[in-house]
Amino acid sequence: MSEAVQPRRPNETGVMDPFPHMHPLLKKNYGDWKWHDRLRPGVLHHVAHGGDEVWTVRAGTQRQMDVHTIRLLCDIADEYAERHVRFTSRSNIEFMVSSEAQVAPLIEKLEAEGFPVGGTGNSVSMISHTQGWLHCDIPGTDGSGAAKALMDQLYYEFTHEEMPNRVRITTSCCQINCGGQGDIAINVQYAKPPKINHDLIANVCERPAVIARCPVAAIRPAMVNGKPSLEVDEKKCICCGACYPPCPPMQINGPDSTKLAIWVGGKHSNARSKPTFHKLVMAGLPNNPPRWPEVAEVVKTILYAYKENARDWERMGEWIERIGWPRFFELTDLPFTKHHLDDWHGARASLNASAHIHF
Amino acid sequence: MAKKQHKTDLLDQLEDGPWPSFVTGLKRLATDEGKPYAGMMTDLLGQLEHSYETRTGYWKGGTVSVYGYGGGIIPRFSEVADKFPESKEFHTLRVQPPAGMHYSTDLLRQMCDIWERHGSGLIALHGQSGDIMFQGATTENVQKAFDELNEVGFDLGGAGPALRTSMSCVGHARCEQSCYDEVRAHRTIINNFLDEMHRPALPYKFKFKFSGCPNDCVNAIHRSDFAVIGTWRDDMQVDQEEVKNYVAKVGRKYMIDHVIANCPTRSLSLNDDDTMDVDNKNCVRCMHCINVMTKALSPGKDRGVTILIGGKRSLKIGDLMGTVIVPFMRLETDEDFEKLTEFAETVIDFFAENALEHERVGETIDRIGLSNFLEAVGVEVDPNMVNHPRTSSYLRTDDWDEEAQKWFRRKAEKRAAKQAASQAAE
Repeated sequence: MSEAVQPRRPNETGVMDPFPHMHPLLKKNYGDWKWHDRLRPGVLHHVAHGGDEVWTVRAGTQRQMDVHTIRLLCDIADEYAERHVRFTSRSNIEFMVSSEAQVAPLIEKLEAEGFPVGGTGNSVSMISHTQGWLHCDIPGTDGSGAAKALMDQLYYEFTHEEMPNRVRITTSCCQINCGGQGDIAINVQYAKPPKINHDLIANVCERPAVIARCPVAAIRPAMVNGKPSLEVDEKKCICCGACYPPCPPMQINGPDSTKLAIWVGGKHSNARSKPTFHKLVMAGLPNNPPRWPEVAEVVKTILYAYKENARDWERMGEWIERIGWPRFFELTDLPFTKHHLDDWHGARASLNASAHIHF
Repeated sequence: MAKKQHKTDLLDQLEDGPWPSFVTGLKRLATDEGKPYAGMMTDLLGQLEHSYETRTGYWKGGTVSVYGYGGGIIPRFSEVADKFPESKEFHTLRVQPPAGMHYSTDLLRQMCDIWERHGSGLIALHGQSGDIMFQGATTENVQKAFDELNEVGFDLGGAGPALRTSMSCVGHARCEQSCYDEVRAHRTIINNFLDEMHRPALPYKFKFKFSGCPNDCVNAIHRSDFAVIGTWRDDMQVDQEEVKNYVAKVGRKYMIDHVIANCPTRSLSLNDDDTMDVDNKNCVRCMHCINVMTKALSPGKDRGVTILIGGKRSLKIGDLMGTVIVPFMRLETDEDFEKLTEFAETVIDFFAENALEHERVGETIDRIGLSNFLEAVGVEVDPNMVNHPRTSSYLRTDDWDEEAQKWFRRKAEKRAAKQAASQAAE
C-alpha cells in the first residue's frame, strides 16, 4: 500500500513583515523621528518627536558568515543590546539600544570579539562586493577575499570619520559588474578575447543567443573541424566577457586576460550634484590573491590624495570635478593613456569642448 | 573521526589582519565535528584554495528548483568534484529578508538552526540584490531547507529573467528624512508581483528599489529598473533657533563655505542675524543642507515620491541611470498605494510585451525613444524628465500645434483643479 508522497506547496508569502522583528522603539516611532546626531564613529543617536531616543551601534562584518558568527552576534545582541538588530546594504550590523549607558559596554564587547565599530558618517564603510570564486559561475577573481584584504588596510578609516565625505568602495568579479557605482570601484577588466573550445560549442551553447549577446557584433557562426561553432572577430572584440555566461566554452578568464581596473567618482546620492557613474583611472593591475597588494596600493594612493586635498563634504567625484582631471593624475601619479578616452555611445559628452584648461 | 583538512596556505593569509575573516568562519564549519556539513565545508575550502592557486573559478550552473517555483535557487555544481567530492553540489537559496533588514535574534537563530540541519552553515547577509543568501546545499536538501524556512515565514527571492528581490532603506523605522512608508511600498509592490518573481517569464531581470529620500541609500536610481525615491513639494522645515545654534558651533565661514555655497541651485542665504533663508521654489531637494544640519532642517510636510525608470549596470549597451518618469506622486492613502501598484503593473506589462530577450527596460526605452515609452505607459511629458531639451534638429514637427495644445490644456486643468481644491477648503 504505497501512497505517493504529496509534495509540499509553498506558502507564497513574499516579503517578510519586518514589524514583528523590529526594535520596539523603532516600531513605536515608525515615521515619527525628529533629528539625529552621531556621538562618535559607529554610533547614531535618533530622537523622536515624542521624545523617545534610540542609540545605534554599527559594526562591520565579513558578510559571508558561519552560523557560529551569527549566533555570537545574537548573543551580543541579547546580552548587551535589546534582542533586535538590522543590517545595512553594505553588510554592517546595527544594534539598537534605548539608553546611552548601554553604548560603551556594547562597543567594548563588539571590539573584544573582533567586530570593528564604525562605518558611519564620513568614514570608509564596508566594501560592497560580489561572490567571486566562492560561489559564482563566471568569476574572474574573488569577492570576499578582496574585500577582506582591503578592509584590513582601511580598518582605521572604517573606525574613524576623518574623510571629507563618506567613501563607498565596491568590487566586481567580472565586467558584468554586479557591484554598484563607487567612489572607488575595483572591477575585473579582461584584456584578451575569449579562448574558444570549438569541440563543445555546438552541444553547450545556443549560438544565436550568444551572437545576440555581443555588444559590438564581433561573434559570428562558423564551421570549425566540421562542427558548428562560433568565431570571434578579434579586431572588433572589446573583451567584455558578455559571451561567456551563456556559452562557457568561450572562456574569457585566464592569467593573461583577467586584470583589475580601478574606477573613481561614482555616486548614488543626489546630495549637491546629481548621481554619477565612476570613471576609469587605472587598468592592467594583476589579479594577485590572496591580498591583491598592487590593487591595494593604488586604492590607498587615491584615497589619501582625496583625504588630504578635498574640501569638507566633497565626494570623490565632486573633488575631481573641482580640481580637474590633470591635477588628479598629477596628485596620484597614475598614467593618463589613450584608453581613458571614451569611444562608446555618447562618448562626445565626456570630451572637453571648451577652452577651460587646467595648468 | 573528522575529515582530513586540505592545505590552505593562501586562504590562511586571510585569517590575519583586523577585519573579521570569512576564512576563519569557513574553517570553523569545516572542523565542526559531527555536523552534517563539516565534510562539505572541508572540500569547499579545498576548492576555494584551488581557485586561489590557479586564479580560476570552478562552478557551473544547472537546473535546481523547489516544488511550485521556477526560480530563486542558484544551482552550483563543481567542475573539480573529483578532487573535492563532498562539495560537488553547493546551491544557494536566495531568500527575501524582512523589509528594511530588521531581525530579532530569535529569527536569526531559527535561520541558523535550519541551515545547520540542511545546509552548509554559511549565510551571506546580504547579497547585492538584497537577498539573504543561504549558500551551500545539496540538490536533495534544497527542498528541505526551503520547506522549513518557508514555515518560519520566509519566501524565496528572484533569479533569472524575473522580478528580483527588492530593497528598502531603514526609512520610517529610524530616519527623520524618510518621506514615505518604505515598508508598505516595498511589501505592497513586491507581494503584488510574486508570480513574476517565482515563475520567471520576463524578457530579463526587473528590479524595484525603495529609498525614503534623495540620499538614495539603497542606490535605487542606478541599480533598479524602477526606483521609488521619497521627496516633498512644499517648503523644507527650518528651525531658525537651531540654525543659529549650528552657526554658533561651526562659525560663519564654515556655514557659508560648506552649507550655503554647496547648495546646487544657490537657494540658501545666511542672514545677518545667523538665521537662514531658503528659496524653496528653486530648491531641488538634493538633501545636502539637511544632511549637514540634521537638527535645524528637515524635509517639508507635503511628501510623496519621484519615480525613475531604467537604471542598470553594464550589459549590454552600457550603464544607465534611471530617468524621471513620474516627478511627483503622493504616497499616503490606500488609494495612493493602489495608484503606485497600477502604474508598476503598466510598466511591467509593457516590459513583458515589448522588451527583446535579455533587454532591460532602460535599454528598451533607449531603443524606442522616451516619448514612445511615455505613450505606452500613459504618462504625459514633463520638463522634469530632461536635463535640457533636445539639441538635435533632426525631427519632424508637423503635429507641433496639437502637442502644444495638449500642454496648455493640461495646464488649464491643473489650474482648475487647484482652484476647486482651494474653494473646497474654504
